[in-house]
Amino acid sequence: MLVLAIDTATPAVTTGLVQLDAAAGPRTLASRVTVNARAHGELLTPQVREVVAEAGAALGDVDALVCGAGPGPFTGLRVGLVTAAALGHALDRPVYPVATPDAIAYDVFRDAPGQELLVVTDARRREVYWARYDETGARVDGPNVERPAELADRLAGAVVRRAAGQGAELYADVLGLPVTAPGFPSPAGLVGAAADAVLSRATPAPLTPLYLRRPDAVEPGARKRVSQS
Amino acid sequence: MSALAGAVVLGIETSCDETGVGVVRLRADGHVELLADEVASSVDEHARFGGVVPEVASRAHLEAMVPTVRRAMEVAGVRPSDVDAVAVTAGPGLAGALLVGVAAAKAYATAWGVPLYGVNHLSAHVAVDTLEHGPLPGPALALLVSGGHSSLLEVADLAGPVNQLGATIDDAAGEAFDKVARLLGLPFPGGPHIDRVAREGDPDAIAFPRGLTGPHDPAYDFSFSGLKTAVARWVEAAERAGRSVPVADVAASFQEAVVDVLTAKTVRAARERGVDHLIIGGGVAANSRLRWMAEQRCADAGITLRVPRPKLCTDNGAMVAALGAHLLAAGVEQSSWDIPADPGLHVSEIVMP
Ligand SMILES: [Zn+2]
Repeated sequence: MLVLAIDTATPAVTTGLVQLDAAAGPRTLASRVTVNARAHGELLTPQVREVVAEAGAALGDVDALVCGAGPGPFTGLRVGLVTAAALGHALDRPVYPVATPDAIAYDVFRDAPGQELLVVTDARRREVYWARYDETGARVDGPNVERPAELADRLAGAVVRRAAGQGAELYADVLGLPVTAPGFPSPAGLVGAAADAVLSRATPAPLTPLYLRRPDAVEPGARKRVSQS
Repeated sequence: MSALAGAVVLGIETSCDETGVGVVRLRADGHVELLADEVASSVDEHARFGGVVPEVASRAHLEAMVPTVRRAMEVAGVRPSDVDAVAVTAGPGLAGALLVGVAAAKAYATAWGVPLYGVNHLSAHVAVDTLEHGPLPGPALALLVSGGHSSLLEVADLAGPVNQLGATIDDAAGEAFDKVARLLGLPFPGGPHIDRVAREGDPDAIAFPRGLTGPHDPAYDFSFSGLKTAVARWVEAAERAGRSVPVADVAASFQEAVVDVLTAKTVRAARERGVDHLIIGGGVAANSRLRWMAEQRCADAGITLRVPRPKLCTDNGAMVAALGAHLLAAGVEQSSWDIPADPGLHVSEIVMP
């Protein structure tokens, strides 16, 4: 199957066209991963067009889409989700959401299986998004959002041997874990994390963003006086 | 033109709290015909905050986007293969909200293999009038008044340059309506409530100030901040004196001050520029007193007034589709695939390159 992968939940704009077979797993035909936290909206569609062209395909050849659902900074995260949703609607193809840390974990376990993992991405405001995986690569905790120090305290009672994701590098001194690549989700990681659902042509789960935070908004209090009395 | 007759344009609008998707068709005679105008509003989610919360609006746009496009295409009776162009509001507006619409529009246009137009929201407010009243006969003035903008524009033709004659120097007109409504204990958004309550009041009861109308003030700019403060002071003085606040009279007198300044400056501009067509758009164009006074003053000055029906005055996707259709008809080049959403997009930039 030909799968288009998209993720904008991290500072990277991740796009790729991936061949997915049950036996061989995901094989990347073309990919663009650009790190630029301020330009998700500008870069995403051009990158989609580029990877499709580079693979010598047309968008109409795509059988399914996989999209990272976060968690991630909201404005960038929405660019990927609305693009994937609109492409899915326009092409009449299913769109499978995956938790973004699952895509990073997929790449780590494919290259080096067997050890517990923590995936950490930057949530800004001195916080991180994180998810924890057991030695088989199954997610056992998270995703969640927390201060790095609070996360370090929480890890005291768990077995974690390594960390991945850009947040793991940023806060390596606080977390005290060896950091293994990769820092950002890859197209193959995204498709690999969704492979079972894609291959079985399951009905996709709703494409719901993992915000993990409520909007900042306060209800107004009593009216302020304008006159001096 | 003949090759474009029958062309269908889908328009997407997400600059504030309405997710709007419109579908129009370009006719051989140059008329643009409205096929669908679907709007999903998050206004109720903002009411308790007393104003639009950008993050709440952006989340709502993401949720509503595909369902609203689906509905608009169903209502219009068009299939994906019928769509010839996609237009989207690229600015001005709320950054995060605009971005949802721009990203979606790029995806639809790319998937369908049709051109993309990232357009100016203000020009779209002007273009929407052609859906109701047909092509512009010549140069026109446009007074755009809403919670987000108060601008006086001179428009030679819809696909050509726009000249901003004036704009608010502080609050938008609709913003003043919201703030005064809150002062009077009326719900958000304030415009319709002030309009309703004011019908029972005397517009001449209180002489509220007319902003920027002195001999040395800029002739075509507006200011509503001082008016809002004057209303607050008046209400507080009444409360301090133990008098009950005559809500209808305050609402009517406030509304009169806004409408008087808007129409006086606009008609003066039309006379001085020698323009004899006026379009009023934006959410405040639904205000009954503004419509009434604009009709009177335009009739006296020999100006033809064009005000689209209220549903087309508030933010919607049909206006974006309408502008897209005019750009397509004029042979304007499509926007590039890497355009940003521009919250401060200047009114002179009708379509992003
Ligand atoms: Zn508007």
